[in-house]
Amino acid sequence: MSEKLFEPRIIGFLCNWCTYAAADTAGVSRMKQPANIDVIRVMCSGRVDPTFILKAFREGADGVLVAGCHPGDCHYTEGNYKTLRRMTLLHQILEQMGIDRRRFRLEWVSSSEAPKWVQLTQEFTDQVRALGPLNWSGTVLAGLPTAAEHVCAQEVAE
Amino acid sequence: MSEKPKLKLALYWAASCGGCEIAVVEINEKLLDLDAVADILFWPVAVDAKYDDVRAMPDHHIDVCLFNGAIRTSEQEEIAHLLRCKSKVMVAFGSCACEGCIPGLANFYSRDGVFERAYLTTPTTDNPEKILPQTVTKVPEGEIDLPEFYNTVLTLDDVIPVEYYVPGCPPQPHQIWAVIEAIVTGNLPEPPAVVGAGNKTVCDVCRRTKGEKKVSKFYRPFEIEPDPDICLLEQGIVCMGPATRNGCAEDRALCVEVNMPCRGCYGPPPGVTDQGAKLVASLASVVDSNDPEEIERILSDILDPAGTFYRFSLSKSLLRRAKV
Repeated sequence: MSEKLFEPRIIGFLCNWCTYAAADTAGVSRMKQPANIDVIRVMCSGRVDPTFILKAFREGADGVLVAGCHPGDCHYTEGNYKTLRRMTLLHQILEQMGIDRRRFRLEWVSSSEAPKWVQLTQEFTDQVRALGPLNWSGTVLAGLPTAAEHVCAQEVAE
Repeated sequence: MSEKPKLKLALYWAASCGGCEIAVVEINEKLLDLDAVADILFWPVAVDAKYDDVRAMPDHHIDVCLFNGAIRTSEQEEIAHLLRCKSKVMVAFGSCACEGCIPGLANFYSRDGVFERAYLTTPTTDNPEKILPQTVTKVPEGEIDLPEFYNTVLTLDDVIPVEYYVPGCPPQPHQIWAVIEAIVTGNLPEPPAVVGAGNKTVCDVCRRTKGEKKVSKFYRPFEIEPDPDICLLEQGIVCMGPATRNGCAEDRALCVEVNMPCRGCYGPPPGVTDQGAKLVASLASVVDSNDPEEIERILSDILDPAGTFYRFSLSKSLLRRAKV
């Protein structure tokens, strides 16, 4: 194997009103940022069901980022407080499942904070890169059967 | 009596506690009605038939197989395959076969961890030679073999295709009877489908008064004497009602009626893949604080959140097991 640097795959759920706008500004302003974060735009960070995060980890994400408006600035008044509470509890679940808490982050980035977004993506990408690949289905679930197909001996004979 | 040939049934238990067998017997005198229309060809707990008797049957000989228990050994997987071949319709019967249930909680540990606890460190175990189960053991008379114990507890549909799912730990007798009636009269829906349960959540049928929920402290059931008329979650008791399928009683919530919170045994409601994640969403959003530290403090009242929210569904959850 070559000495190529491990490039983590990170899923980012960004709120439409703040963080997505910041990421957009960063892009339009041609600020340099790592290409490791796959951005999914949601209307509010409160829309991010914990199921999405577990699904991202199950399907190959090495890290997951949820980012929205600063507390008090939610476009829908208090969606981000709900996010804060849910993600606090989800952190405990992830830890019990054996997923390092540094692989999952909740951050507040307002639409005027494009430089903060750039710094965050850089920092988080480096952090996840240092942790190495998670590869949930290839390691933890390796070899486990799913959605079984079945053929009986008699059917084979026919 | 009737010209129709009798229905051929089989029942099997894999990684389960035996509660599902008791639940079947709990249909009481209706067992006689069942006997009038059906022959039970195989039921290890009650009928003297051997694996070889099943092997000798032609394929699809059994009409319906009610299979309870999760899959955690090679023997259970082998019999699941065998019964799949011999049965026209396969039913995952009870929470273990559907979602892993209590045996599935072993997925928080590895096989080695389970063995160490069960055979070495439990206070009542006396095993100075540290003997652990082996798949093959040599004795003077020859070799003895035991089924392999898997590292991960699987659900029935992980290893074979399943037509119907009957949730519950155990399925309630009135639901079992409803399923048997549907089988006998040929009124089963298009597979795959959940039968013998509702299509809503436990909260939908719970008769407690529900208001706006704001929780500043969570209690374990023994720490508080709850008001019998108000939503348990509002009183700070972790109740799985919001993320659990109804069906344990007709238009009622069985455990909740006796002041015990719903534990989630009927599995996720329709459209939900991960029961625990849904409870994280609903439970955390009722926490009465906007301050990160206070939120953390309030949520720390919940000991073992993963074990509580995935008590019945870890094997079928998105992550399926913990990384050990």
